[in-house]
Amino acid sequence: MGHLAVLTGQLFNGISVGSILLLTALGLALSFGLMNVINMAHGEMLMVGGYVAYLTCRFVHGPAGFLLALLFSFLGAAVLGGVLEVTVIRWLYGRPLDTLLATWGVSLILQQGARSLFGAIGVDVVAPHWLSGSVAINHGVLAGLTLPYVRIFIILLTIVTFALLLLFIARTRWGLFLRAVHQDREMAQALGVNTKWVDLLVFAAGTGVAGLAGAALALIAPVTPTVGQSYVVYAFLVVIVGGLGSLLGTALAALLVGLFSSTVQMFTGVSLSDVFLLVLVIVFIQFRPRGIIFQRSRVMKEA
Amino acid sequence: MQNALLSVENITVSFDGFNALDGISLRLMPTSIRVLIGPNGAGKSTLLDTVIGNVRPTKGRIVFRGEDITELNEYKIVRRGICRKFQAPGILENLSVLDNLSLAARPRRESWRSFGVGIDSSVRARVERVLERIGLEEKRHTMAGQLSHGQKQWLEIGMVVSSHADLLLLDEPAAGMSLDESAQTAELIRSLASDHSFLVIDHDMTFVEQLSAPVSVMHMGRMLKEGTLEEIQRDPQVIAVYLGREKEEAVA
Amino acid sequence: MKKWLRPALDLALLAALVAAPLYLSAYHLSLLGRFLAMAILSLGLCLVWGWSGVLSLGQGVFWGLGAYVLVMHLKLVGLQPGDMPDFMLWSGLDHTPGWWTLFRHPAVALAGVLIVPTVAAAGLAWLVFNRRVGGIYFALITQALALAFATLLISEQAYTGGFNGLTDFTTVLGHYIVDPSFQRALYWITVGALAAAFLFCRWMGKTNFGKVLLAIRDGESRIRFLGYNPAGYKTIAFAIGGAFAGISGALYVLHVGVISPAMVGVMPSIEMVVAVAVGGRSSFTGVILGTLLVNFGKDWISSAMPEMWQLSIGLLFILVVTLLPKGLAGIPELGRQITERIRRRTARRGVEPEVLAITQKN
Repeated sequence: MGHLAVLTGQLFNGISVGSILLLTALGLALSFGLMNVINMAHGEMLMVGGYVAYLTCRFVHGPAGFLLALLFSFLGAAVLGGVLEVTVIRWLYGRPLDTLLATWGVSLILQQGARSLFGAIGVDVVAPHWLSGSVAINHGVLAGLTLPYVRIFIILLTIVTFALLLLFIARTRWGLFLRAVHQDREMAQALGVNTKWVDLLVFAAGTGVAGLAGAALALIAPVTPTVGQSYVVYAFLVVIVGGLGSLLGTALAALLVGLFSSTVQMFTGVSLSDVFLLVLVIVFIQFRPRGIIFQRSRVMKEA
Repeated sequence: MQNALLSVENITVSFDGFNALDGISLRLMPTSIRVLIGPNGAGKSTLLDTVIGNVRPTKGRIVFRGEDITELNEYKIVRRGICRKFQAPGILENLSVLDNLSLAARPRRESWRSFGVGIDSSVRARVERVLERIGLEEKRHTMAGQLSHGQKQWLEIGMVVSSHADLLLLDEPAAGMSLDESAQTAELIRSLASDHSFLVIDHDMTFVEQLSAPVSVMHMGRMLKEGTLEEIQRDPQVIAVYLGREKEEAVA
Repeated sequence: MKKWLRPALDLALLAALVAAPLYLSAYHLSLLGRFLAMAILSLGLCLVWGWSGVLSLGQGVFWGLGAYVLVMHLKLVGLQPGDMPDFMLWSGLDHTPGWWTLFRHPAVALAGVLIVPTVAAAGLAWLVFNRRVGGIYFALITQALALAFATLLISEQAYTGGFNGLTDFTTVLGHYIVDPSFQRALYWITVGALAAAFLFCRWMGKTNFGKVLLAIRDGESRIRFLGYNPAGYKTIAFAIGGAFAGISGALYVLHVGVISPAMVGVMPSIEMVVAVAVGGRSSFTGVILGTLLVNFGKDWISSAMPEMWQLSIGLLFILVVTLLPKGLAGIPELGRQITERIRRRTARRGVEPEVLAITQKN
């Protein structure tokens, strides 16, 4: 295999890792921008999505099984997220650090719950027939490169989800409410926007998308009780690099982080790439403390 | 000609393409008071924000005592001798009145020089004078968060005054005060003007009159008119920009 | 509370701790000793989180740095001249690296225990706070740091002992670690270090520095407009927190005889925070008690029902944060508020019915 093929393969991997990171980080970025809240149990939404996909695929066979699994993963994680918002997060409004700790508690409980139900050993979701196999390139400079269908599917799923989300925010009534609350919560409230419902809806949608990410991840890795925890730390870094509540910034940051880790891993191995990623984020903050994309607004909020 | 203490030169501030300040200039001499008035959204608070370094101008520069301070951080600007009182009381709620004032009055504000216990005698004397002036001597050991709204306003004015600043920026210092209290505040500002300069924003024309100082009218991020209160009140352009209730107040 | 009551309680607690070898079994004494070592870290976290409002989810890193530096020294002094640590041989290194042998001298090791974590903490804090990044961002960055630190330790097996960490050290400054008299001395040293850290914190609370920290916690921009640069204050506070964590880690490792990546990663760092939250994040006495309570609780639960520990700590987080944000230290105040409310309600019964109707409407 030529150097170019290896490099392209790594870039492709980076993009697919970035895709799952983006699906994970979208919900975090949305609720962080809107409510100034970071949900530490967000990784567990990924895990829940993975287990829901696993269960669905066990009971529904045939080519439609996995598509149904995607839908159920989204709904399952969204409902759980909604419950979390109503029972915990709402009560800690204006105390972002306390919210962080309380949701961390929720994350521990969910992990233990999964361990009791499914055991500590991972379960596998077998990719459906139409996703097994890969595009293989046999000629030219890229000879030897193989692109698995599963990873291509994950990238497409991310693009579609991201586009739908943007469309939802730009075109629908609730999207308008979301933008209004994001810009000025008090003013939106005074204009009759029910901010509680907007918070709930956005939070649930965000955790739902994380559930989707969990289902997608289940295609390439076993689902374990701690699968979310290992991904979510990177998603947090994505949110930091992306900028406060900017979806475009989040997308760029996810891609950047995905590409960076997979490229660095080529040279240093997985564990050192973690260290380098952290160093990159800290260096990045020196130049863009407010993220890749930051809108200048009248009130400079403390991050 | 005497050198200006503060000179705002051609400052423009834009937020998302909207010019909150649009090429504004202002000169303030030592030991003088200037009042800023103007309708809501005229850019008065933004101007104070820009002088203190809370908002970065897109264009123009700010010179204080002959030195360019446009790019400095807030805390460095404050250490050079400008202090600002915000609209909402900016006091330290979990510290006593005495601690609030002494933190403001301390000449050494670097972190590595703050390990002393207790209050220096020079700071103490300064704080005592201010306590007397703002009438909070009895409350010195009260937590600042437990003061009434008016007392909080006074405390914050006291903090601004006890800092070693030569230029004090006051954003609606008399807001929420009774007539008596606001007259006292005006009196306090006038008496302090013997060795301080003030840039004061206020809407209350009675209070502005009591300050008996030159007035600048802002409108849409620009300086519309400068002059005495009387001249301003007779100016047709100024009358035109003030509508409704504010118009009556301005003309009254 | 009466003015003499608090110092009296603190003194009583100190006396009870000093006398503990008289009434505790060797096993419980050793538990108490390591938990008291943890309490030193908690005091640092109290300054950092409770006083300056900076939440660190990576305190395990600085704790680990202190512990690893000391253990490097202990491994080196256990060697015959010309030998090298066993795990290095197994990993195929042909000589001990220079940054290891540096800590052979006890004075260097002792200085390293203090300096390495402090400098690491100060450097990180300055880089982040100077760019005015704080709050949630800082918490997330410190968590990523804990993750990166643990993975690094695991992967660099030849230099760190990898997943299993470092153990098998027998002597400290010529004393056998397992010797009961050394154990007792170590216990008292720990109590002494904790008392010193406690007094240091009390003194900090009285200085102008401490007052500025409180002011930063309650409203960073306000203090900035009084000419203070919060970044400098927060950096120094965080460096002190790092130093305390390092001392804590070094003492702890003497008590338990082993250090490994599993003790310094994300989960242990979070457990350090929960101990402080339970005790009451801004009360120095509170965080010491909270640390003892949470750790003894952990010891008890995880030996009786291992799978329940994670569930309990999760619940503890939610309950403390939502219902008791001031932790144990907030209970007296809460009690006062409740008795006050009851007093008011009973007083209201004596009021005339019309007045009662009006107050109820309000």
